[in-house]
Amino acid sequence: MNFDFSDDQKLLKEQVRKFLADKCPTKVVRRVLDGNETHADDVWKGLVDLGVPALGIPEEYGGMGLSPLEVCVAAEEIGRAAAPVPFDSSVVLATEALKLAGSDAQKKKWLPELASGKAIGTLAIAEGAQPPKPRNIRTTFGGGRLNGKKLPVTDGEAATFAIALANTGGSGDRAVSLVFVDLRQAGVTKKRIETIDPARKHAELTFNDATAELLGGEGEGWRLLERLYDAAAVYFAFAQVGGAEAAMWMARDYALQRQAFGRPIGSYQAIKHKLADCYVKLELARSNAYYGAMMLTEDGADLPLAAAAARIAATDAYDFAAKENIQTHGGIGFTWEADTQFHYRRSRLLALSIGGPMAWKDKLVTRLEQKNAA
Amino acid sequence: MDFNDTQEEAAFRQEVRSWLDANATRKSDDTQSNRARNDDPGLLQKAKAWQDKKAKAGYARMTWPKEFGGRGASPILQVIYQQEEANYLVPLGFFDIGLGMCIPTMMAYAKPEQLQRYVKPALHGQEIWCQLFSEPAAGSDVAGIRTKAERDGDDWIINGQKVWTSGAHYCDFGIVITRTDPNVPKHAGLTMFFLDMKTPGVEVRPIKQMSGGANFNEVFFTNVRIPDSQRLGKVGEGWKAALTTLMNERLAVGLPSGGLDIDELMELARETELEDGAAIRNQQVRSKIAEWYVQQQGLKLTRYRTLTALSKGQTPGPESSIIKIVAAPKMQDMGAFAMELMGHAGIMKEDVPFAAGFQAQWIGGAGFRIAGGTDEILRNIVAERVLGLPADIRVDKDVAFNQLGKK
Repeated sequence: MNFDFSDDQKLLKEQVRKFLADKCPTKVVRRVLDGNETHADDVWKGLVDLGVPALGIPEEYGGMGLSPLEVCVAAEEIGRAAAPVPFDSSVVLATEALKLAGSDAQKKKWLPELASGKAIGTLAIAEGAQPPKPRNIRTTFGGGRLNGKKLPVTDGEAATFAIALANTGGSGDRAVSLVFVDLRQAGVTKKRIETIDPARKHAELTFNDATAELLGGEGEGWRLLERLYDAAAVYFAFAQVGGAEAAMWMARDYALQRQAFGRPIGSYQAIKHKLADCYVKLELARSNAYYGAMMLTEDGADLPLAAAAARIAATDAYDFAAKENIQTHGGIGFTWEADTQFHYRRSRLLALSIGGPMAWKDKLVTRLEQKNAA
Repeated sequence: MDFNDTQEEAAFRQEVRSWLDANATRKSDDTQSNRARNDDPGLLQKAKAWQDKKAKAGYARMTWPKEFGGRGASPILQVIYQQEEANYLVPLGFFDIGLGMCIPTMMAYAKPEQLQRYVKPALHGQEIWCQLFSEPAAGSDVAGIRTKAERDGDDWIINGQKVWTSGAHYCDFGIVITRTDPNVPKHAGLTMFFLDMKTPGVEVRPIKQMSGGANFNEVFFTNVRIPDSQRLGKVGEGWKAALTTLMNERLAVGLPSGGLDIDELMELARETELEDGAAIRNQQVRSKIAEWYVQQQGLKLTRYRTLTALSKGQTPGPESSIIKIVAAPKMQDMGAFAMELMGHAGIMKEDVPFAAGFQAQWIGGAGFRIAGGTDEILRNIVAERVLGLPADIRVDKDVAFNQLGKK
């Protein structure tokens, strides 16, 4: 039985953790939240120097050629720090989409740019109200031109390129395709939009005859997106586990220090049991995330099921820890100056950006049915 | 990452399988017939015989030192043995408390000649031990026990009542925690002994449980006289000895196995027609199934993390402390939900597929949430030992036991 990360992976984790504790304390999260910058570029550059964006990229494409497990430990630390950097968008979604669906030429051109931090990528799927489905995507791609509007797009302003879901004229699930679009062109307009998590900037992207190309086969967009989301679910789960753990300890530290009725509030069972529940959910999430990581690494048949379970458990753990952290803090926890808001905001963002828990629960049972039928 | 055995573990697993194949019957796929044999009235005798066979082969308590019939082996090998044994039709469960909690306490406190006398028969299933701790007025707060032991020359005289004593009706010996000094605060006035359950004045009365079974007992002590040589630890240091026992309890509690789970719930949901079609297509039903699946997997995988530490010879982290907190309410809630799917027929004991099985979970879950540490006490333990939160303020801390509640 070897259901744990290796010593090397733990060392990497420690390295990323130390770097973020040093360079990305909560005041940096606040700086981005309150300010105008698209992301904490100083922190991002440091992560690039540590090789974080290169971890999961094959060596032939300029990366370090490490396994998903290395990306997972980095994700957990990014999540713990609630770091305002394009990790979920670029290191997870754009990188994985290129690895999954890119042609050799696309990979050769863009993966080295991602690995070296020269490029930031993102995914552009949603189009405002209504969760995206093959039948409601209005953005179109044809004749090498992309037209339509995508929002919200995480890091849309900072991104060099986006991978968009566009209608390409097929029917049913085959109505949509993934499309690669360079955002540095006249046919692209970027506009910042307000969201619940201003520490992670989002944009509306408008495409007006923008030059673009298919990523993967025509009509394959939905199928590819599902597979991409399975991998992303595992990485997101680690980020959520890291965030949940940080929120739990933040609440615990406050509960030790805050006195009420003549004793620390952490000595009351109402608080203790709440925080014990945070721990229970956290460990359920961690165990499910580990299995997701293991399946992702060996490309196991159980990946779709493991990814869904990791996603559901981690979303639950982070949501719960983030909200009970505020509750434990009481009134001060609801102020703008308190750090509690970072995890509350981030937990919702991460819960929604690749599909919410309800959708994943439905997927999980579908996959369980498929497994049982097989 | 992988779930594979090391070379040594794989070789041992093979050895165990060969031995089990030669000495026991492998379970069939038919769970019905696997379960039926547990109602066998001669079960205790069969269990004793199986325990003896196991002990002779050196599998009964592999982590114990060789002098006590163990192998001084790593806990992971004992786990592998148990994993394999679970695939065979063998009677289990009678010896867990004795060997998991009582005898380790004896090893910590009893004299060499007493160990010489008691350990081997216990290991071989010839003598069974029980743990006499809880009382009608002391459950979660077990240090609040009132059963008293008074010194009389070289003997002690015990009077009082214990309760929830698992297996006392078939046990030969027990360890008992008593109050020897009511004039000091409660933890300081306790002393531990062991005794023969046939000592005059010991009376065992089974308690019929809500589930219909009767594995628990009340045990009454009326002028029970035992020699001072049966004292475990110093007078007034019974709490320390009790902690030794209870620490071993934490290692002994595992997952309940063999009950209905997600597969059966899904089968039930496929076969059940709701207003809008098969229950399995209903989003509320799907959400519930997904949540319990995530818990079920989470528990299994958490256990794998603990086993990984054992396999590497490390001390496991505190993650296994979540297991009963999750497993017990899941058992109760899933049972109740499955019964709801059956509609009014969910209350019927026969003629409804899966009804009896899920009812057993629903009933059993109510007990499992209490046994071996309530949901609430376990959350206190997580909060205090894992998260480092302060213990409750104790109003009984510096007060003599016999003055408690008198102000």
